[in-house]
Amino acid sequence: MTTFEAPRVEVVENALEPTAPARRRRVKRKTINTVIWFVVLLVLTAIVLYPLVWLFFATFKPSSEFGQNQGLIPNNPTFDNYTKVVEGIAGTPLYQFFANSFFIAIMAVIGTLISSALAAYAFARIRFRGVGILFAAMIGTLLLPFHVIIIPQYIMFQKLELVDTYWPLIIPKFLATEAFFVFLIVQFIRNIPRDMDEAARIDGAGHIRIFFSIIVPLIKPALITSAIFTFIWTWNDFLGPLLYINSPEKYPLPIALRLYNDATSTSDYGATVAVSFLALVPILIFFIVFQRFLVAGVATQGLKG
Amino acid sequence: MRQVRRAEAKVPTTAGRRAHNRKETVAGYGFLVPWLIGFLGLTVGPMIFSLYLAFTKYNLFTEPEWIGLDNFVRMFTEDPNYIQSVQITLVYVLVGTPIKLAAALGVAMLLNYRDRGSGFFRSSFYAPSLIGASVSVAIVWRAMFSTDGPVDDTLSFFGIDIGGWVGNVALVIPMMILLAVWQFGAPMVIFLAGLKQIPQELYEAAEVDGAGPWHKFRNVTIPMLSSVIFFNLLLELINAFQVFASAYIISNGSGGPAGMTNFYTLYLYKRGFADLQMGYASAMAWVLVIVVAIIAFILFKTQKSWVHYAGENR
Repeated sequence: MTTFEAPRVEVVENALEPTAPARRRRVKRKTINTVIWFVVLLVLTAIVLYPLVWLFFATFKPSSEFGQNQGLIPNNPTFDNYTKVVEGIAGTPLYQFFANSFFIAIMAVIGTLISSALAAYAFARIRFRGVGILFAAMIGTLLLPFHVIIIPQYIMFQKLELVDTYWPLIIPKFLATEAFFVFLIVQFIRNIPRDMDEAARIDGAGHIRIFFSIIVPLIKPALITSAIFTFIWTWNDFLGPLLYINSPEKYPLPIALRLYNDATSTSDYGATVAVSFLALVPILIFFIVFQRFLVAGVATQGLKG
Repeated sequence: MRQVRRAEAKVPTTAGRRAHNRKETVAGYGFLVPWLIGFLGLTVGPMIFSLYLAFTKYNLFTEPEWIGLDNFVRMFTEDPNYIQSVQITLVYVLVGTPIKLAAALGVAMLLNYRDRGSGFFRSSFYAPSLIGASVSVAIVWRAMFSTDGPVDDTLSFFGIDIGGWVGNVALVIPMMILLAVWQFGAPMVIFLAGLKQIPQELYEAAEVDGAGPWHKFRNVTIPMLSSVIFFNLLLELINAFQVFASAYIISNGSGGPAGMTNFYTLYLYKRGFADLQMGYASAMAWVLVIVVAIIAFILFKTQKSWVHYAGENR
């Protein structure tokens, strides 16, 4: 934005205020504005990120310190929380919870990508009877409160005796139930010129061929965005595992975290904080590496809505 | 070129076109198989079943017993906990959403002012949106706002001594609202993308007409951004109604203190899965669906009067 704003300002200045001191004053005011802008944003950033920074430093506080020192810097920094936490809780080592979370999240990513991309291609590129109504229904599920279907879904999975397995958490992902991703990929496909797939059709390629050899390679950014969001949302998901997973050795991290949190009131606060932080680490790494995709995904999703 | 097209247009007879359509239809539904199974089996089917359950008494183990409108009557006339959960949820939604969107728009405009470093700021502000619903954050939040926690200490430093927020009946909802507002990053990113699409000429024209910053905001930014405001408002309202994990963690699943974090979906969960009143919880879920549908309907109906679409985006 600055790039095409700058020359224009110059022209106006030359025309209206040709004197050098006036121009200097103006430049100075602009610099001051920029400094104020920068400081305001820095302060806001500090406020917004403070809880995360606090969490990080708190993991080095001995449990006994939490009652007295809620400040940022630990008085007696220690690694005890981490060594204690690695042993796990309820007879399950910490890495098991991580492994469980990773398994569920990766299965969710695979399922979401396959099912959402297939559905999105149909909605974006195939003209067939009923496509309009089905697309509207799909958009409708974006607005549907999830809670209206959890009770019957729970009853269903309970009758199928799938409670306390990962199936209730994974099956829906393979069936494109998260309309957000279908919609995201639809928008992305619609922005791809039709020329190439039309040429392929004239050459006799069918939809399966076009989908795999033309569309899939072109929608990689949308797929990456969907994969990261799916991973993070599944990793954070609390209600799903809370309902379906009963055995501690099968717990993913958020539920395991509750275990630390419940079993220990104030005495082992350090452990709770350490696990909370460790649970966020994969997400923060994902975020730092892929933030471009995430931000772009959110932005396009919103604008085309 | 024109001739070729005309020739093509003549070729498909009705029979030929129907055959072509049938092939496309098969392909279309073929690609949609996973989604269709999910849509029918995990959304539409369960919705119908839950509508039925809403009129029954059902504890998961005995057969559902049809009781007509009793669940709904009980909800609104005999269940003070339900009324309270509706009240606090409404406060949370109606106070929290506007503040969150105002923060999102304000910061988006700040970021739009200069490009330098705005990538860093944008990412920092967006981060809470990704992790805001996680258990870790709820635990941190509880610590931040507990008695003698960082927030309490900071306020005491300025001479405001109110004690902890977590156990305080009057302050626990404001605390939950702050948690929601803290996640302003997602709507902010959407606002920012919208701001970048407003043609600079409009501001210059307004300036020539002698418009100050407020007038430019009121007469250029807001109308040009109205479709994005609409979208954010719709999504954020619907999300806010469904707050669950943070309320659960902050109150250890109890909804306390004194029911002040017993948000709608937490109460629904407790009724359904702790008390096994699946019928009652289904009735609650349907009230939520209807409320969300009404809000969406009102927003879509009124959008003609305030949402301005500058040409077509696509």
